[in-house]
Amino acid sequence: MGPTLDFLTLLPYVSELLKGFTTTVILTVVTTLTGLSLAVAVAYLRVNAQPWVRWGLGGYVEVTRNTPFIVQLFFIFFGLPGLGIKIDAITAAFIAMTLNLAAYSAEILRAGISATAKGQLEAGRALGMTTLQSYRHVVLVPAFARVYPALISQSIIVMLGSAVVSQISVFDLTYAANFIQSRNFRSFEVYLLITLVYLLLAFGMRRSFMLVGKRVFAYQQGEQR
Amino acid sequence: MIEFTFWDILRNLLLATRWTIVLSLIAFVGGATVGLLLTFMRLSSNRWLQRLTSLYVDLFQGTPLLMQLFLIFFGAAAMGHPISAWLAASIALTLFTSAFLCDIWRGCLEAVAKGQWHASRVLGMNYFQTMRHVILPQALRLSIPPTVGFSVQVIKGTALASIIGFVELTKAGTMLNNATFEPFTIFALVALLYFALCYPLSCYARYLEKKLYDAGLR
Repeated sequence: MGPTLDFLTLLPYVSELLKGFTTTVILTVVTTLTGLSLAVAVAYLRVNAQPWVRWGLGGYVEVTRNTPFIVQLFFIFFGLPGLGIKIDAITAAFIAMTLNLAAYSAEILRAGISATAKGQLEAGRALGMTTLQSYRHVVLVPAFARVYPALISQSIIVMLGSAVVSQISVFDLTYAANFIQSRNFRSFEVYLLITLVYLLLAFGMRRSFMLVGKRVFAYQQGEQR
Repeated sequence: MIEFTFWDILRNLLLATRWTIVLSLIAFVGGATVGLLLTFMRLSSNRWLQRLTSLYVDLFQGTPLLMQLFLIFFGAAAMGHPISAWLAASIALTLFTSAFLCDIWRGCLEAVAKGQWHASRVLGMNYFQTMRHVILPQALRLSIPPTVGFSVQVIKGTALASIIGFVELTKAGTMLNNATFEPFTIFALVALLYFALCYPLSCYARYLEKKLYDAGLR
């Protein structure tokens, strides 16, 4: 085979590409929401819970941050059924991606939270807010605003890492590419195409995150400068 | 059929860990060399060199490492020069590492206050003298913690080489799993071995970071 590229050979497989694209987008949107929510809970509990809870969550964060995502995925999908916990591929992908994003984001958030002065929380209480109210308005939201750029990057890293879920037969963008190249033997063309799609996804994600951030953290802009 | 005991599994995984370590070292050394080159290209006064380098960094940071691996592995074959999984993994991980290190190091160089450039110029130092005596020594101190921290990402990145058939720790795990049907034990061990490689580096990076912070440099 000569070094000629022929993208027209991909035309008959548009529906597969669309299916894979949809799966990747849904996986990303859902796990970004669940992952970041879980991260808030983990970050909160790592500061405020009983010592043994803190210790356990610390273990979860460290193990997740120091092992490859693909191994976490394999452990959940292949390993857990060995204990009698049966899950299908897409659920395993959801769980693995959520746990992965949550561990990294919790650590990022923790840095943002610890930058809040203790006196501010007490000031909030003194103004008559409940513990939860003052935590939310004084600590959490400003912390979120402070580390928002890092959270964007981390969510994008998890989206790009999701290419690996094709290995447990989730029909995502990469799986679609693997499927197509096994039919038409045009591996380079199809991988080049979906790499471009991932690049656009990453770009689109950063853009939409920043739009959301501009609205949500609008009143924080002064403080951030 | 051969029976595998727990020790057989562990021994095989440990043997495969060697290749994870070797591949990580290749990627890190190669990536650091290319990354250094890129960092200086990024800082040069030539607009085109700057743009080209940022494009390179954006491309590698904005696409999945798995696709970079596939494109090099299958791309070489499509051009009529098939390469081994070894070589493909080494090249892909080197390029991936260089893009991230370039970004980290550029940040460190730019973190040294701009006024110091002007001050050195006023003192009559040229570009290279300023770089060597004023900027680099400070940037180097700043760059060590994030560089050590990134080495963890490189080690974890090598796990993807298993997908193009390179037998390292993860691939050995899946192969052993196919032979023994003990996925829980095997993948727990695989994770544990990665953890044993990565966690000390993470701790060291954190320690260095704290030392810099305490020295008032951050």
